[in-house]
Amino acid sequence: MGNLIVRRVTQMLLIMLTVSLLLFAIFDSDQFREKAAVAELGGFGVATLSADDYHEWLEKKGLNEPFLARYGRWLESVLHGDMGQSIEKDIAVSVLLKESLTNTGILAFFVFLIMIPVSLTLGVLAGMNTGSPLDRVISIVAVLTTSIPQIATAVLLTVILALGLGWVPTKSAMADGWSFRGLVLPLLTLLLYDIGYLVRMTRAAMTEVMASQYIRTAVLKGLPYRRVILRHALRNALIVPVTLIFLELNGLLSQVVVVEVFFQYAGFGRMLFDAANFGDLQVLQAATLVAVCVAVGSQLLSDAAYVFLNPRVRFT
Amino acid sequence: MNSRVVILLALIWFPLTAYVMFRSALGALANYLLLPAIPSVIVLYVLALRSWRESWVAIVGVSLVSFWLLMAVAAPYLPLVDPNKPLVPFLAPGGVRHGILFLLGSDMRGRDVLSRTVWGCQRVLVWGITATSVAYAVGAGCGLIAGYLGGWWDEFVSFASNVLLSFPVMVLFILVLNLLGQSGFNIIIAVTCSSAPVIMRIVRGLALDAKSRDYIQAAQTRGEHPLWIMLVELLPNVRGPIIVDASLRLGYTTVAITTLTFLGLGLQPPDPDWGLMIKEAATAALLWKYSYMMIVPALSVSSLILGFNLIADGLREMSLRD
Amino acid sequence: MSAQTNAAARATPILECRNLSIAYAGRTGDVPAVIDFNLALMPGEAHGLVGESGCGKSTIALAIMQYLGRAGRVVGGRILFRGRDLLAMKGEELRSIRGGAIAMVYQEPMASLNPSMTIGAQLIEVPMYHESMERRAAAARAQMMLDRVRMADGERIMRSYPHQISGGQQQRVVIAMALLSNPALLLLDEPTTALDVTVEAGIVDLIRNISTEFGTSMLYISHNLGLVRETCDRVTVMYSGEAVEVGSVASVFRGMRHPYTRGLFASMPVPSADKNSRPLVSIPGQPPPPRARPPGCFFGPRCASFVAGRCDARPVPLSSIDASQGHASRCLRVDEIAWDAAPAPGPGNITATVGDIVLKVQELSKRFRHVTANDGLTFDARRGETVAIVGESGCGKSTFARILMGLIQANSGSIDLAGLELSKLPVTRRNANTIRSLQMIFQNPFDTLNPSHTVGSQIARVIRKLGVLRDESRVRERVLDLLDLVKLPRDFAERRPRQLSGGQKQRVGVARAFAGNPSVVVADEPLSALDMSVQAAVTELLIDIQRREGTTLLFISHDLSVVRYLSDRIVVMYLGQIMEQGRTHEVFTPPYHPYTEALLSAVPIADQRYAKRKVLLTGEIPSAANPPAGCPFSTRCPYRIVGTCDRRPPPVQEFSASHRIACHLPREELLAMQPVFEEVTQ
Repeated sequence: MGNLIVRRVTQMLLIMLTVSLLLFAIFDSDQFREKAAVAELGGFGVATLSADDYHEWLEKKGLNEPFLARYGRWLESVLHGDMGQSIEKDIAVSVLLKESLTNTGILAFFVFLIMIPVSLTLGVLAGMNTGSPLDRVISIVAVLTTSIPQIATAVLLTVILALGLGWVPTKSAMADGWSFRGLVLPLLTLLLYDIGYLVRMTRAAMTEVMASQYIRTAVLKGLPYRRVILRHALRNALIVPVTLIFLELNGLLSQVVVVEVFFQYAGFGRMLFDAANFGDLQVLQAATLVAVCVAVGSQLLSDAAYVFLNPRVRFT
Repeated sequence: MNSRVVILLALIWFPLTAYVMFRSALGALANYLLLPAIPSVIVLYVLALRSWRESWVAIVGVSLVSFWLLMAVAAPYLPLVDPNKPLVPFLAPGGVRHGILFLLGSDMRGRDVLSRTVWGCQRVLVWGITATSVAYAVGAGCGLIAGYLGGWWDEFVSFASNVLLSFPVMVLFILVLNLLGQSGFNIIIAVTCSSAPVIMRIVRGLALDAKSRDYIQAAQTRGEHPLWIMLVELLPNVRGPIIVDASLRLGYTTVAITTLTFLGLGLQPPDPDWGLMIKEAATAALLWKYSYMMIVPALSVSSLILGFNLIADGLREMSLRD
Repeated sequence: MSAQTNAAARATPILECRNLSIAYAGRTGDVPAVIDFNLALMPGEAHGLVGESGCGKSTIALAIMQYLGRAGRVVGGRILFRGRDLLAMKGEELRSIRGGAIAMVYQEPMASLNPSMTIGAQLIEVPMYHESMERRAAAARAQMMLDRVRMADGERIMRSYPHQISGGQQQRVVIAMALLSNPALLLLDEPTTALDVTVEAGIVDLIRNISTEFGTSMLYISHNLGLVRETCDRVTVMYSGEAVEVGSVASVFRGMRHPYTRGLFASMPVPSADKNSRPLVSIPGQPPPPRARPPGCFFGPRCASFVAGRCDARPVPLSSIDASQGHASRCLRVDEIAWDAAPAPGPGNITATVGDIVLKVQELSKRFRHVTANDGLTFDARRGETVAIVGESGCGKSTFARILMGLIQANSGSIDLAGLELSKLPVTRRNANTIRSLQMIFQNPFDTLNPSHTVGSQIARVIRKLGVLRDESRVRERVLDLLDLVKLPRDFAERRPRQLSGGQKQRVGVARAFAGNPSVVVADEPLSALDMSVQAAVTELLIDIQRREGTTLLFISHDLSVVRYLSDRIVVMYLGQIMEQGRTHEVFTPPYHPYTEALLSAVPIADQRYAKRKVLLTGEIPSAANPPAGCPFSTRCPYRIVGTCDRRPPPVQEFSASHRIACHLPREELLAMQPVFEEVTQ
């Protein structure tokens, strides 16, 4: 098992390195250089710049050195926490990142808090008696919620809860300070889809386990049904759902983009979107790097969990 | 897949794609382009009803998808108002002005919501299907190579996939569209970058499993060329799971495209598009009495995706039953 | 207790099935799986339930345990356990009976054990939940039971997970788990099918002693008549959901009274006969599909003694033949058929003329990263000859086949095929002629054909690819000719593999292998996945084709009875090395290599005319990654000389021009060995 972990970690580091190189190369390309110049000097300023002045500007910014040297410097500064300056908001990127990640983190915390127990329970209940009325209801609801894209869920929830019933505000910008009620809409939007997805996966795993021969052995051994489910079935059925929960972190980073933009919640997704729109390159670059970090980290945790939970892999 | 189905699909897809992507270049021809597609959709629907009649889940799914497909190909011939023409802003559904019935009301700029909804599904379907097909071609090809040939091919392809998969999907989209600019073709590239690795993994797994079967070994002992083995012996046998996944993936791609247009990152206005409709309504008209402007496109896109998901579920059910 | 109540207690069957009928819900109504089944199992008795796949025997066991699944249900009759209606039991009562009074042993031990729980945890559950024993006492009891099922190293096993122990050990664990609560009835569903032959022998020996040691009654389900003979007192033969013959093992096996039973026996090779003296007779046709059983006797359409108008008039009842033995048969013509008539004599001397050496293997070796798959193989094969390569899992026979076919390359040594060196020549570099002359028949009939293409197109592809014929119409003709050769109807060319049965698919595999008129055909366990009567048909087919075409056949198998039947020479392999080789009759009679002796002894024999000497091996087949030093068989050999056998590789001793044994035992001792099989004079 140790062997596997080491291999996986090395692979992850290699991927991070490749990604960082890619990112740097992309944002270093001529197109982006121009964009950076435009952003800083203004469109008109760039147009009137002569070739020499442009080169001077490049040199001032240190953009004329060989590629690898610049890459090295950039990597170094990133590892020290300095990721540049946001042109749009005029604060350090790292500060911006910290704020937005905290906000998204709060959202994610509540999502996981509610999603994990609810979906695992529902999925297990559905899979225990495949074909029963309870299973059908749960399955249909799960299919429905995973079919409605989050943009549509956001719309419908806003209409019903905010515009119709007025229980919650339509925007979650938290302009008047922190409020839980402001969290409700984005939370529900995220939860509906994620719970549906995890329920479907858990149900599928549970169904497969219940049809296996070792459950047959356990039942025909005369064990009480409770023990068969809790001790024999769950231990095997929950392996895959648990690994998926770790991967949810990765998925969440994607989902928050649209959810936060729709509800104007000042989180990571909104920051990414604004940066992309405005052309705030350093923010974009840093945000992408962080996102990849989180994604790779979640994949690693997921693989580690799988190895840990599955005796067949853990003990050769 | 037998040849009938392939011909019908071609009769639908080529005209529709040409219409959506190259309409301006086609001029007058565009008016007749979609005519053969309409009966094709109907025939295809009947065929699907017959072969999938055991699974009501699949039937409901294919009905939803066929409905929107029909709307897409029939749009030019239905008695609809010009979707881009501003007439009467903020008219409630059912209102009648200038002798025109606005069944679903009009939006903040006065355009007919019903008409925009019907025309809107064209773009979603065309770009979604095209992007998914390209992703499949790339992903399945790489998967076959990685799974069957193994060795360095596998290492390389798997590493490249892992790099792409380490980007959260939306981040990848934003990055690609920012880098390459916003257009439908770049959406295809973005979708391929995010979906092909997953498809590659699936096909690779299937190929690895099939590789150990005796009939593959029999082909090898005959001295068959690896390309032959991959395309003629392997590929037809991984069909089942691939079709199920394709259906699911069409759903995901539809979500992606709609979300991108909502964010303003995808296809450009003024042509009607569901994501765009939601975006405009959300920014300009966030009131209960105008909520129909958002609800209609939201329900439309949900029903289309539900259709794709139900087809996938139904097909999976049927394959298990065999 | 008075003698009367004693006798009464003894006379009550522990398990009784009365007119039991089971059906599965299908798309268009119920499909009968078991029809009108009757059974009376007395305490301490072992009853064998024999039949081929689809006859319903496993369904009965699941019905007894009430685990038929959603689609299956009992539609008629009753099951009585100790006189009480089993089917009426529910809830707590049913739970206490399951695993407590009735326990079950399954076909696939690996799949039947929970992969996430240690063996110990799974074992102690039984006494803890059935007798409310506390944990430590339960663990001690489990440990004791592991000893009684002859598992060495019980403590380590208790702490292991199922995937960390071998197949044979897993099955012993399953048996131990079943016996832990001292059940009155034990159901065994094909418990040894998934195991190697020598391992199987050990389990069978264990099972045989269960009833004497524990007093447990057993219902033993199997497709292997030989196993039933060795373990059971009484037997029921089943066909297509019905019991066609019932009786004591002695009376049924010696004096069978149903055409199906007789057909089964005739299709099984006996260890003392070969293809010339006693040909295999297969049962023509196939079992009827469950939805479309013929009227009257289900076996009628395939029966040589079928009489139209009588046998298909109405359902045939079980009629008693000998009440004292409890022998009954479901045949209308029991008194009319000449049961003791000798089988039709074979076509006489059908040995193909054996020619020159066609294939010469010398010191062939192949190592994978840590595993020595083939170590110094040396043997040859002549034109028209059948050479059998015999061994259990891990012996390297499949690796050798793949080297021969060019799928992998050897590390050292040579394979000479008519002058061409093959050991390091990959198939991609072989010319069409070589490929054509060396073809293979595969083991798994369900995987041997591509499910997406028609049968005809697959055979045609071989013909075209091997360059045998180019012209389309002639290719098509050849496809049809080949179908004739393997005795399949011509319209099969248009069918897809999923429409064919296992035996039919294997025949297509044979046709495909012979499509190019090969000079050498390698058959890799072609019969293992087939039913008994189908095996006979395919075996006869192979012999027939070989005789006609003069092909050399390399027959890889672990089944010694079939090998005895059709091979001219035998090569016995163990862990990558050749232990013994020689002409068939030389290998089957003393002197034996100790491993050969054990292999022969492990073959279950159904024929009552033969008695078998028991040779049991200790331990498990060692892993190929860690072969023992010296002789690979030394860890399990009953004759092992400590200090010699486990240190130095054994010398090859020659007993005739063709007979060689690799063993440290002195020559006199080998020559003095007793034969394993003996004819019983009765």
